[in-house]
Amino acid sequence: MNSVQPIIQIENVHKRFGKVHALRGVTLSVQRGEVLVLIGPSGSGKSTLLRCINGLEHVDSGQVIVDDIPVTQSAKNINAVRAEVGIVFQQFNLFPHLTVLQNITLAQRVIRKRSAAESEEVAQRLLAKVGIPEKADAYPAQLSGGQQQRVAIARALAMNPKIMLFDEPTSALDPEMIKEVLDAMLVLAKEGMTMVVVSHEMGFARAAANRIVFMDEGTLIEDTTPAQLYTNPREERTRQFLSKILH
Amino acid sequence: MPDFGSRAVSLPPARTGRALPVNLERVPWWIIILILAGVLAALVIFTSPDYTSIITLLGSGIYLTLYVTFLAYFLALIFGLIAGLMRVSRNPILYTISTLYVEVIRGIPLLVQILYFFYVIAPFFADGFSKGIAITLPNVFTGETLFSATLRSEELAELFRSEVNEGIIALAIGYGAYLAEVYRAGIEAIPRGQMEAARSLGMSYIQAMRYVILPQAIRIILPPLGNDFVSMLKDSALTSAISVKELTLWTRQRSANTFRPLEHWTIAALLYLVMTLGLSLIVRYLERKFAIPK
Ligand SMILES: Nc1ncnc2c1ncn2[C@@H]1O[C@H](COP(=O)(O)OP(=O)(O)O)[C@@H](O)[C@H]1O
Ligand SMILES: [Mg+2]
Repeated sequence: MNSVQPIIQIENVHKRFGKVHALRGVTLSVQRGEVLVLIGPSGSGKSTLLRCINGLEHVDSGQVIVDDIPVTQSAKNINAVRAEVGIVFQQFNLFPHLTVLQNITLAQRVIRKRSAAESEEVAQRLLAKVGIPEKADAYPAQLSGGQQQRVAIARALAMNPKIMLFDEPTSALDPEMIKEVLDAMLVLAKEGMTMVVVSHEMGFARAAANRIVFMDEGTLIEDTTPAQLYTNPREERTRQFLSKILH
Repeated sequence: MPDFGSRAVSLPPARTGRALPVNLERVPWWIIILILAGVLAALVIFTSPDYTSIITLLGSGIYLTLYVTFLAYFLALIFGLIAGLMRVSRNPILYTISTLYVEVIRGIPLLVQILYFFYVIAPFFADGFSKGIAITLPNVFTGETLFSATLRSEELAELFRSEVNEGIIALAIGYGAYLAEVYRAGIEAIPRGQMEAARSLGMSYIQAMRYVILPQAIRIILPPLGNDFVSMLKDSALTSAISVKELTLWTRQRSANTFRPLEHWTIAALLYLVMTLGLSLIVRYLERKFAIPK
């Protein structure tokens, strides 16, 4: 509809888990085609914020609007939003009982109602794109972590999302596999995909991010460019955090 | 339920200071003894005309035992799946109903359940269906009647007058409660990320259950489901208490009539053993067939 409006609008969102106040009035918007990297200490609410965007968590107050659709408790809205938003998890979460190909075709067939032939074609194309065309018939347990994460990316892309969310996609990987996953994400960013990425990989942020947001204790502390943040952070808390992770 | 088959082979030796060399100790001796005993029994049975005629006579009892077992198990799988899904549901009404069912049933001996169904519940329905059961659906808010009909059917009434049907339904209700817990444990064993990944791809809760959670849970619960199937076969003997003429009741009547309990009960026990062993082997085969490739 109105394409000048931000594709993601988060307004004064609060989220509590029992006594834990995970999000304390977060306001943030993301423009179409923007790549936003989210950093912050463990427990600062990064995952929770990401999960509010695709309705895996319901906000207590405030609102989230994705592509003009309010993410409310309404099942209709949530399913509409989820069809537009892909998410990649730290633990991959591939379906272990299905082959790589079936992992990528399942939702296409069930949700997008594509034919077997069409969905397989899409899957093969995406597997080639993430660099593992030969693994179509393997089971997830037969793949390395890096390969599994690339399948997870392909699985999300197969739904033709307008937005991709990444929650620490390389944190569970052995160091030598991090690059192959970041490379696949970089390709996406270059193509103009709107991305929100929770990751402390500075190389990726510098190469791909338009914006970087530092979050602590459920609030946004600093919202700037990677160059600015890594060389000259405005806030003392950001400085302290960076000194812990950049060595 | 003892474990038959491959488990015995793969278990490490239980004792140190072994009396036999390793390779001999790893042989599943008890299976071999069982097979030898079986062959011996078969020889005795098939060379003696008495035994042969007993087997033939007990044949229809075996048929009914298998019929009751398979049908009751099939129903129990469905009851169990429904109750199991209700048990993991976040809806408090569904959860409460299913929990009541599971807890009540598990606290009552199966034999008492069968007798209760036979003497109390089945006659109630049989009577009701032959006289006609009035069904009214009131609007809870206004109290006015939304829907009203009288259900009257001699066929449905007849369903509740046959001992075999009563036995099958009672067994299925009893086992459904146990299977519900098996399903629940299987579903809960699937990591939360699986449901989240499925939902994030746009699947509804039911679609995620059907395509992602249950196919994985089934593989986990196949061994306990198989064990319960074997138990069901043995517990089908309880329906003899409501005069279902399955293997146990047949044996009882024939041995009383002929004054030859030794032959009849020996053969009945052997037949049960053959059936449970056979089923265990099938279950083991299925387990291996459906294992997720590593
Ligand atoms: N499902 C949950 N139940 C209870 N507490 C939760 C849950 N999810 C997150 N939390 C809590 O909310 C806070 C923020 O968590 P999270 O968003 O995962 O942080 P991050 O991703 O930045 O490490 C933490 O204190 C965490 O323990
Ligand atoms: Mg996190």
